[in-house]
Amino acid sequence: MVSRRPSPYPYWFVLPAAVIFVTLFLVPTITSFWFSMTRWDLFKADFIGLDNYRQFFKEPFLIQGLRNTLIYAFITSGAKTVLGLLLAVLLTSGIWMQGFLRSVVFFPVLVSTIGIGIAFSALMHPTRGVINLGLATLGIEGPSWLSDPALALYSVAFIDIWKGVGLATLIYIAGLAAISPEYYEASRIDGATRMQQFWRVTVPLVRPATVTVVTLSLIGGLRSFDIIWATTRGGPGFSSDVLASVIYKQYQAGFYGLATAGNVILFALIAIIILPLTLWFNRNEVDV
Amino acid sequence: MKTFNYSAALATAIALMAGMADAEVTLSILIDNNPETITSMDAVTAAYSAAHPDVKFDIEQRAGGADGDNIVKTRLATGEMADVFNYNSGSLFQALRPQETLADLTGLAGQANVLDSFKQVVTAPDGTVRGVPFGPAMGGGIFYNRKIYADLGLTIPKTWDEFMANNAKIAAAGKVPVITTFGDTWTSQLFVLADFFNVQAADPNFAADYTDNKAKYATTPAASKGFEYLEAVFKANYMNKDFGVAKFEDGMRMVATGEGAHYPMLTFGIGTVKQNNPDSLPDLGFFAQPGTDAAKNGLTVWMPAALYMPKDGPNAEEASKFLDFVASIDGCNAMIKGSGASGPYLIKGCELPADVPQAVSDMLPYFQTEGMTAPALEFLSPIKGPALEQITVEVGSGIRPAAEAAALYDQDVEKQAKQLGLPNW
Repeated sequence: MVSRRPSPYPYWFVLPAAVIFVTLFLVPTITSFWFSMTRWDLFKADFIGLDNYRQFFKEPFLIQGLRNTLIYAFITSGAKTVLGLLLAVLLTSGIWMQGFLRSVVFFPVLVSTIGIGIAFSALMHPTRGVINLGLATLGIEGPSWLSDPALALYSVAFIDIWKGVGLATLIYIAGLAAISPEYYEASRIDGATRMQQFWRVTVPLVRPATVTVVTLSLIGGLRSFDIIWATTRGGPGFSSDVLASVIYKQYQAGFYGLATAGNVILFALIAIIILPLTLWFNRNEVDV
Repeated sequence: MKTFNYSAALATAIALMAGMADAEVTLSILIDNNPETITSMDAVTAAYSAAHPDVKFDIEQRAGGADGDNIVKTRLATGEMADVFNYNSGSLFQALRPQETLADLTGLAGQANVLDSFKQVVTAPDGTVRGVPFGPAMGGGIFYNRKIYADLGLTIPKTWDEFMANNAKIAAAGKVPVITTFGDTWTSQLFVLADFFNVQAADPNFAADYTDNKAKYATTPAASKGFEYLEAVFKANYMNKDFGVAKFEDGMRMVATGEGAHYPMLTFGIGTVKQNNPDSLPDLGFFAQPGTDAAKNGLTVWMPAALYMPKDGPNAEEASKFLDFVASIDGCNAMIKGSGASGPYLIKGCELPADVPQAVSDMLPYFQTEGMTAPALEFLSPIKGPALEQITVEVGSGIRPAAEAAALYDQDVEKQAKQLGLPNW
């Protein structure tokens, strides 16, 4: 038990932050638990106990949405971590036009997600899109990237990776910069190859960056909505629905209580996945 | 800081001056972005401004379909609705909770001109009328390309089997038999919704039993036919190649210009062709959705959307005067002049011109014959499940078999019935 030092700041000093925290975060969180147990049409809310939760778990699309959410989150998070690290290694190696290439990789992060969604919907059009026209010149008949039920989720995940890998790269570049060059020098003297240096020096020492990238991209993937809505709207049918788009559709239909219950479930799911992960990362933390 | 104060003062002065010349009223209007809606609203507001130069309009467009439902419901609930807005009549109107959200228009003088059949579908549970009709009645059925029919020597099908036989010949001639536009998911529902004439011809009590939780889509053979039709078209591979991403306006263009032969749709699409492909308008024909019995084939009819005012809007007085005009014969004629007549209007004494487009004259005989039309289910029952458009996309894309889809839709409907607090659910 660590005894707490008295705060050097008077209470009034924290008041503005406390007011903002309570009104904008604490109160809505608590009321959302209440509304999730009501049949709510924005005008009146009738308490119906746990019926919304029962209904939500009965949603036939929910199981698929849940599965899709996990697939989507792990694919995008995994790809962003791996590609981000490789790109960061490349872009810190003193390659030609390094500064320019770094901005090129980061650029998609800055573009509006809706804009990217619209652009890729055009690029991935089955008959008029650039991707399939390009494939056609090679004699390959491209699939309907966004409207084939077996492909749609993965096409959207690809777009998400393209958009988000820049941020992962940026975090890794910062992480790589923090590794002292002496380690590389020492390992080189010991006769390590480039490959060995990467696996034995870079990967372990860049661990804090990895923790950040994995956590951020996993949370992002679990709650991702905008890119999916801008491209497939969960379709065709329900085949690229994720938890967030299922919730949004309940909200669209005017089932506000049910949609709120869905959000509470999403909150719980993210907590269940991220909390143990963070604990595990922290326990294995080694001093660098 | 100096410049900021200066410009702020200037802005205040301008605002004050604008306030002083206050005889001018600007009515805000929220409409969906369908071309026919836009041209109709432009025409009727222009006509109104010509007679009332002090009234100006600020017209804002919104998306249609489920996104539009969301916008309308949220803006009503948060008190940010425009002075006047258009929205569906029938079951979607009931889902707005009209008694709590919409102004009572029962006392509007113009209501005397409105046909009773329309008033019924904008009447709140307490018996008050909350809207005025905006646009013509629509038929839900199948647009066809007259050139393709003439070239291949086809006749208008009365039964589904004849329809599929025509499709086979069209496919053999290398044309797209059934244009499908799942890029706008709402367009996927037509085979199911437009089949309702055939459903009620086979089972006259379906609407009432369905509302009372006694009849189901999955267990009523006539009702699950619509899902089976979607499946049959997919299995025969009769759709256009880009069916998953094509949109409503693509569909209307394709059927009008002969890129495809059939397009299941509501007749308001005629206005879209008039806007986008006026030269092809004469090639656009229309027939009711074929059913199982040639002797009992008729047209499923959609009441037009209505214009509504939110409860306690700031410009309620001016807005209700405008709605009065919309419900008048002059207002009706202004809309016909602006967007053409794609169907009969619900205003007494508002006659269609003699030179209506071909597809409209194909539709009018149904209206003129007793027993050849029936209202769509959404005007007979307050329940419409919100996920129908995704479910029909699934059937039409071969993801889910028809029987399973009908059962899934029955489950979806249950949520809506509970939310509306209907008895027996």
